[in-house]
Amino acid sequence: MKKTAFKLVLASAVALAVCSAAFAAEKLKVGFVYVGPVGDFGYSYQHDQGRLAMQKALGDKVETTFIENVPETDSDRSIEQLARSGHKLIFTTSFGYMEPTLRVAKKFPGVKFEHATGYKRSENVATYTAKFHEGRYVIGQIAGKMTKTNTLGYVASFPIPEVVAGINAFILGAQSVNPAVKVKIIWANTWFDPGKEADAAKALLAQGADIITQHTDSAAPLQETEKAGKLGFGQASDQARFAPKAQMTSIVDDWSSYYIERTKAVLNGTWKSKDTFGGMDVDMVHLAPYANIPDDVKKMAEETAAAIKAKKLHPFKCPVLGQDGKPVECKDGKALTDKQITSMNWYVKGIDDTVPK
Amino acid sequence: MTSEMFQLILMTVVTAATPLILAAIGELVTERAGVLNLGVEGMMIMGAAMGFAGAYASGSTLIGALCGIVAGAFMAALFGLLTIGFAINQVASGLALTIFGIGLSGLLGAGFVGLKRDPPAHLHVPGLSDLPYLGKLVFSEDLFVYVAFGLVAGVAWFLTRSRPGLALRAIGDNHQSAHALGLPVRRTRFLATLFGGGCAGLAGAYLTLAYTPFWSPGMTAGRGWIALALVVFASWKPWRLVLGALLFGGATVLQLHAQAASLGLPGQLLSAVPYLATIVALLLLSSGARKNAAAPAALGQAFIAPR
Repeated sequence: MKKTAFKLVLASAVALAVCSAAFAAEKLKVGFVYVGPVGDFGYSYQHDQGRLAMQKALGDKVETTFIENVPETDSDRSIEQLARSGHKLIFTTSFGYMEPTLRVAKKFPGVKFEHATGYKRSENVATYTAKFHEGRYVIGQIAGKMTKTNTLGYVASFPIPEVVAGINAFILGAQSVNPAVKVKIIWANTWFDPGKEADAAKALLAQGADIITQHTDSAAPLQETEKAGKLGFGQASDQARFAPKAQMTSIVDDWSSYYIERTKAVLNGTWKSKDTFGGMDVDMVHLAPYANIPDDVKKMAEETAAAIKAKKLHPFKCPVLGQDGKPVECKDGKALTDKQITSMNWYVKGIDDTVPK
Repeated sequence: MTSEMFQLILMTVVTAATPLILAAIGELVTERAGVLNLGVEGMMIMGAAMGFAGAYASGSTLIGALCGIVAGAFMAALFGLLTIGFAINQVASGLALTIFGIGLSGLLGAGFVGLKRDPPAHLHVPGLSDLPYLGKLVFSEDLFVYVAFGLVAGVAWFLTRSRPGLALRAIGDNHQSAHALGLPVRRTRFLATLFGGGCAGLAGAYLTLAYTPFWSPGMTAGRGWIALALVVFASWKPWRLVLGALLFGGATVLQLHAQAASLGLPGQLLSAVPYLATIVALLLLSSGARKNAAAPAALGQAFIAPR
């Protein structure tokens, strides 16, 4: 009698556990991996804003987790941890997570991965990035108009195609209003190191640059720029609060609509691996409110941004001249293709440097 | 190169070296007493977070600096309790404290992310500050820089010219004999550890109060580890430590200037220059005729008083 009673209790306990596990699986767990701190008020901050927007839009259906400050060289563990703990959709938000994401994706075929700013996909790994270079073209135009020394300073991070394309778009924008302009580039070899970024800005200012722009994630270069009484641009997020007198505008990344769309796709079961390359037309990139510039420059910037958004103007419209002065191959005759932009490893004419290997 | 640019470059070298000098001089004293404190990075970042918090809350850079010192000293007291009070392995405790400090600073500093302050004023000596080439460099730095160099001078004097300094060195070289002589081993080591933590905290506070006046998690970016290496590089001698910090800070900053001046050298190679320079310098130092390694002989050894 006791044995059967015991078996009955055991069986019902197991059944209950299985049932509750099934109920718990209702919420979709979505994970995010950030390369810097959410508090960088730059790149990682914007990804987190996208996460929060997605959480708000989908409410009870999702549960989000994020891991910040994950170094690109040691990201396998973090991505795998998210995959192991029941997350079914994982966003890895930095270029250097490309190989680790593919490795972990192979081990977890049931989990969907989204890799930002990369270019390798697989069955369960999609890629997405924004056309930051569209924003770069607009700020390049502003820089070209506002510089008095005709020297622009650029605090760059790593020589990957996205950064090189940004530099090229920036200088093309500047050259379109001021053909004599030159740019000085410093490769900080980091996405986030406020001390080093500030030093880089100081070095550029010492070398005569009077407009500073950056592709690193903290507000340090802008702060140095304001200290020196010069003007600059923020990166990835509106950094005006750090340098209200120096920031003219900032390229703002907006991932919200993409995150909502992709999470919905997983919930509906319609998720497929693909590449997304969205620009100002889908509002993945927009510019922070303009400040510290005269009205005619503001008008010019607004018109350019509107033209890019309406797809009437392309930052890399042909002919694009390479450093040797010869036009770069232009297949459809109008502008460089997306593929050419995402694999760009050469400078346009007017930049006197060489791209580091 | 104009005298203006020359001075600007030298000034960035000095300001890059200052946090390293501050953290390393404290660690030098701690190690001279025989305590190997690997928690410098954790203490530094706590000083950075709490220093900014204190300065933002009170509106005064000085109070912020004091908060940074106290935060670093607090972490050092924890470390002291573990390694001197309970005689736990110093290496493991130091590493644990680094990880703890980095995490705790992120937690406590969370409310201060996104805020900014004004950097402190620089000294200005009328007449002297306007000298070409060296005027601003020597007479127009901010207070932290002068404190750093003052500390080095003070520590150098203390270690070589005072009785307590001699006692400290004796304890670092042979704690059992020092104890037999009646010197207070545990008290001296604890005080030296507190001093080291306070200096590391001040170094961190310098980063968030003067270098880049805002707080962001992970701001120290490994400078604490570099300070540890600098102590070895300096053969535990204060003035050589300044040389090492200037060399390292200089190499870090000069490669940025070289890039801006388009000297044509690959950026990644230039980034490695500071570390390569340190290794070369270490090789040259150890190949010299000086066989006495100058490391405190009892470094890292826990002290348990014999009955």
